[in-house]
Amino acid sequence: MSATAPPALRDPAWTGRVFWMLAALALLAPALVATEFKPWLLVEPDALKATGRFAGDFLPPKLEPGFLWLVARECWRTVAIATAGMALALVLAIPMALAATSALSVSALPGRMHALPFAVRQLVRALLIVLRSVPELVWALVFVRVVGLGPTAGVLAIALTYSGMLGKVYCEILESDDRAAAHTLLRNGAGRLQAFCYGMLPQSAAELTSYTVYRWECAIRSSAVLGFVGAGGLGQQMDNSMKMFQGSEVATMLLVFMLLVGLADGASAWLRRRIG
Amino acid sequence: MRDWKSGPSHAAAWGFLAALAALTAASFWSLDLQWAKFLSADAARRMGRFLLELLAPTAEPAFLRKLAVAGAETLAMSALGTLLAVLAGLALAVPAARTHAGERALWRWPTRLALNGLRSIPELVWAALLIVAAGLGPFAGTLALALHTSGVLGRLFAEAIENAPPGPAFALRAQGAGSAKLFFYATLPQILPQLLSYALYRWENNIRAAAVLGVVGGGGLGQLLSFHMGLFHMRETSSILIAMLFLVALVDLASYLARRVLQR
Repeated sequence: MSATAPPALRDPAWTGRVFWMLAALALLAPALVATEFKPWLLVEPDALKATGRFAGDFLPPKLEPGFLWLVARECWRTVAIATAGMALALVLAIPMALAATSALSVSALPGRMHALPFAVRQLVRALLIVLRSVPELVWALVFVRVVGLGPTAGVLAIALTYSGMLGKVYCEILESDDRAAAHTLLRNGAGRLQAFCYGMLPQSAAELTSYTVYRWECAIRSSAVLGFVGAGGLGQQMDNSMKMFQGSEVATMLLVFMLLVGLADGASAWLRRRIG
Repeated sequence: MRDWKSGPSHAAAWGFLAALAALTAASFWSLDLQWAKFLSADAARRMGRFLLELLAPTAEPAFLRKLAVAGAETLAMSALGTLLAVLAGLALAVPAARTHAGERALWRWPTRLALNGLRSIPELVWAALLIVAAGLGPFAGTLALALHTSGVLGRLFAEAIENAPPGPAFALRAQGAGSAKLFFYATLPQILPQLLSYALYRWENNIRAAAVLGVVGGGGLGQLLSFHMGLFHMRETSSILIAMLFLVALVDLASYLARRVLQR
């Protein structure tokens, strides 16, 4: 038995890989300049000292009863802002979704939708796009200017952005479902609301609820963030502590925030599994 | 839809609805919401003036140049942040994944815990934290995007690695290839389309996040926005908002085209 030499271990696509790597680097260079990407600044003595002082203060986290009580209250306010915002978002989103969905069009039953209802539907859709494409943080900035600092701005910001998101997705869910039941009801003289409640809701209720629960979880996360522009809750408290370089307070609040997000995540996953 | 017998019972459903109603009522009751102030004639007037002024964006050449620079900065932040996150996410996904049943994967749980930590802190909070270390500006914003996104992508990548068909890796292992070669020549090529699709999806998210990160001092359009809004320069604010929407639409389009190319 003669030992054959092993085949040359060589990557046939090597030159191509190297070329694309270099091309990507060339594209990347302007981005590095634009973002002032200077990682070495992180390890300069001044920066290191500031970071060290701030991070060193993280341990141990502040656990005084008075402070913990404050954090608990702000935590509840964060959840409350998210929940109230979602409730208002639903009040706005459900009528808009029903108005925008083509599944409930009476004039489309025999064939094409009439011009006027078509125009109205497109208008509602455009409104939904505008509502959801402005980030909630920008809405919050606007409302903080109008109503002043506090949870009202946060609730309104979540209500507007999330009504856009919910409205769009509700509309899509309704349109992707089987329309036979709703259309039969409409043909036999049922109103649109009746057709929705008895023809569409039974088949899409689980999906609608599941998406709503998922969005509620997202709203909790974003309500904590909205605090940074003065909309109340955990974020506002965190912003204050950061501005005063109170690392131990920041550490406690970060831990509590992670716990809150984890809990909301778990609750939402459990609910969605139950709903199926 | 599921069978009603296996679904939640009636009592449980009513209990759930009651709890939900109680939570909502408690939320509205406990927050000192200032509807009176919001619905007052004064607030309505201010809101109306605000919106009217927003309808007249400025198009001064000097301001537009500033806007273009800030927009490019935001775009670069989102792209670079996503790229760094792809690299970091991939590096963390390897120890977070168990590639075959016999692997002990000692690092699986610690790495997953770290990924969860990175992921559960929003970009904006990361930015506020990093400003202490990196100073005001786009660098802090880029790092913030990278940290949060690497948590998200790391988890998704780890799942993609675990779900990759094991055949090619076994074939290489049988030939005596080391684990680095195994990863680069068997696992990575199989999951690459999925990785790219996840990365594009996160890029779409990150351009939205990058646009507002500046509000806490993270550079880009957001910084310009909070500056001009703070001084009630409504015409400039309006132009900035339009630029944000345009940028988001642009990235959505680019990502859509990239997906089309990838799917062919």
